[in-house]
Amino acid sequence: MNRIERCFQQLKQQGRKGFVAYIGAGDPTLDVTVDLVIALADAGADVVELGVPFSDPLADGLVNQLSAQRALEAGADVPGVLRAIQQIRARGCEVPICFFTYFNPIYHYGLERFAQDASSAGADGILTLDVPVEEGSEYVKPFRENGLSTIFLIAPTSSDERIAKIVERTSGFIYYVSRAGVTGERTELAVGVKEQIERVRRHSGLPIAVGFGVSTPEQARLTASMGDAVVVGSAIVRHIAEGDGSAEHVAAVAEFVRTLADAAHASEPTQ
Amino acid sequence: MRLPDEHGRFGRYGGMYVPETLMSALTDVEAEFRAAQKDPAFQAEMDLYLADYVGRPTPLYFAERLTQHLGGPKIYLKREDLAHTGAHKINNALGQILLARRMGKKRIIAETGAGQHGVATATVAARFGLECVVYMGRVDMERQALNVFRMELMGTEVRGVDAGSKTLKEAINEAMRDWVTNVDSTHYILGSALGTHPYPEMVREFQKVIGTESRSQIMEKEGRLPDRLIACVGGGSNSIGLFYPYVEDTGVRMIGVEAGGRGIASGEHAARFQGGTLGVLQGCMTYLLQDDDGQIELTHSVSAGLDYAAIGPEHSYLREIGRAEYTYADDTEALAAFQRLSELEGIIPALESAHAIAYCLREAPGVSKDEIWVVSLSGRGDKDVQQVARIMGKGHLG
Repeated sequence: MNRIERCFQQLKQQGRKGFVAYIGAGDPTLDVTVDLVIALADAGADVVELGVPFSDPLADGLVNQLSAQRALEAGADVPGVLRAIQQIRARGCEVPICFFTYFNPIYHYGLERFAQDASSAGADGILTLDVPVEEGSEYVKPFRENGLSTIFLIAPTSSDERIAKIVERTSGFIYYVSRAGVTGERTELAVGVKEQIERVRRHSGLPIAVGFGVSTPEQARLTASMGDAVVVGSAIVRHIAEGDGSAEHVAAVAEFVRTLADAAHASEPTQ
Repeated sequence: MRLPDEHGRFGRYGGMYVPETLMSALTDVEAEFRAAQKDPAFQAEMDLYLADYVGRPTPLYFAERLTQHLGGPKIYLKREDLAHTGAHKINNALGQILLARRMGKKRIIAETGAGQHGVATATVAARFGLECVVYMGRVDMERQALNVFRMELMGTEVRGVDAGSKTLKEAINEAMRDWVTNVDSTHYILGSALGTHPYPEMVREFQKVIGTESRSQIMEKEGRLPDRLIACVGGGSNSIGLFYPYVEDTGVRMIGVEAGGRGIASGEHAARFQGGTLGVLQGCMTYLLQDDDGQIELTHSVSAGLDYAAIGPEHSYLREIGRAEYTYADDTEALAAFQRLSELEGIIPALESAHAIAYCLREAPGVSKDEIWVVSLSGRGDKDVQQVARIMGKGHLG
């Protein structure tokens, strides 16, 4: 059992909802990423999703696009992201870490090699945005063999037939995309999420994290109540973009994350 | 074997590397496309519009003075520049908008590089009364200002894209983002034989009219098939359209001409088969220009339509099996070809098509006069004259 699986098991035993925080690795620098992940874990993030910067992030909204661009300009690359995870573990932080990436950088690095290096660096899972389950047969194997969870997206547009196929290849947790669209903050929550999540539950007992468009503590609380955890990304990335990477800035980002995590943790399951 | 296979693969190239949200839409598009291919009413509708609206068949023209000037093979030009809107892009735009109507979509989006696909899409959107948004890199909007105005004139909204190199690749990213957000109401008319399955196949099927027509035209004029087919390759739609109906005719050499930009050594080019490597961009596995970290590299070509980091997956396959050959022409050669064809034949080619002409200028001298070459003149150069005037120092025109 890896850190992700243990985390969701504990949450279940405690009867609590989880909070998943996304940040783009290397924004503003990989050193700050190390500090941020540790601070986010201390602030109550149960899982951290770490974005691997890519030049063409076609599933991301503007906030995450600009974050990836800053990271690349600051020299972040795949080996650097792996080293950052090593440093996080060396500093004693055991928060579950899941990659949130596009296929080309890890394909170029070599899937087998990436899975091995990610595992020995201390990563726990991978979600590749542009690998749907159809392209997943050769993709899943190296990660599973190295103890990493393979997380896939399920969207409102996924048919029951597709959901059945997706959950077969998924481990760790399911990432339910609550609305069609790219990543980013929205003022209104998506409708019909609860029904959609019940549809997914009919196919799988895996934990379900719900994301896309969640930005405030109140939205986090509501969204978490419908699944097993809520994911917030762009709203945190925007806070990161607004500062200079100093210790004070990292602390301020962590404070914001604490409000989100507290809200998610206080969430009661909907009846 | 018929390619692509059921997974959208041409050998190891192609596939469907897209976010889950798009998968159901892509399945719907493919199903509708298969149904339409078997539907005589759809084919009849296509044929009608291709004839009376697009103006097909386009002529296969014997370029006599160019042939004499080079002293080599007989060179024929497949005159896609004479199709409505001035380029081959209309063939695909028409086919896809008829599909979109069958699917009940009310809104059309597209990306464009040179602007020719954007204009073709704006044109059919106007003809069929559908809302249309075209994404275009800001750099391309500047170098193709005339096409921006043409699109707007036909009621299309042109949205400038400021990310990255501000050219075709970024326009595709933005169109994909729009599609993933508005997938229920919207059909994305992708303009080249690239991206995720089923686009490479669908675009090829709508563009193969170029090859099919040229095949019967050359048989009529010469009584035999040509020795070489020559076409420029950006994403690769005019080239695959020309090549595909000849794939089984192994005596016919097929030559794709990529954009050599400022030269391969400069690193400022868009020749994916010169230093490109295998990777995945915007939905498909193919040859890409990328760095050591798998980040997509910036490309350069004087021609906006060839300025793209990936090549259509079927071209990667045809090259791998040795059926097609790929070379490149640089900016200087393309500009010289642009002028030379204008002077010799009274035909101003698009800068994209000028790359195919540049191949002839370079390779034809010394080749047997018994050979017959068919060159895809994929578009006309009106859109490029201001830019070329600027480059040639005729600043008062630019």
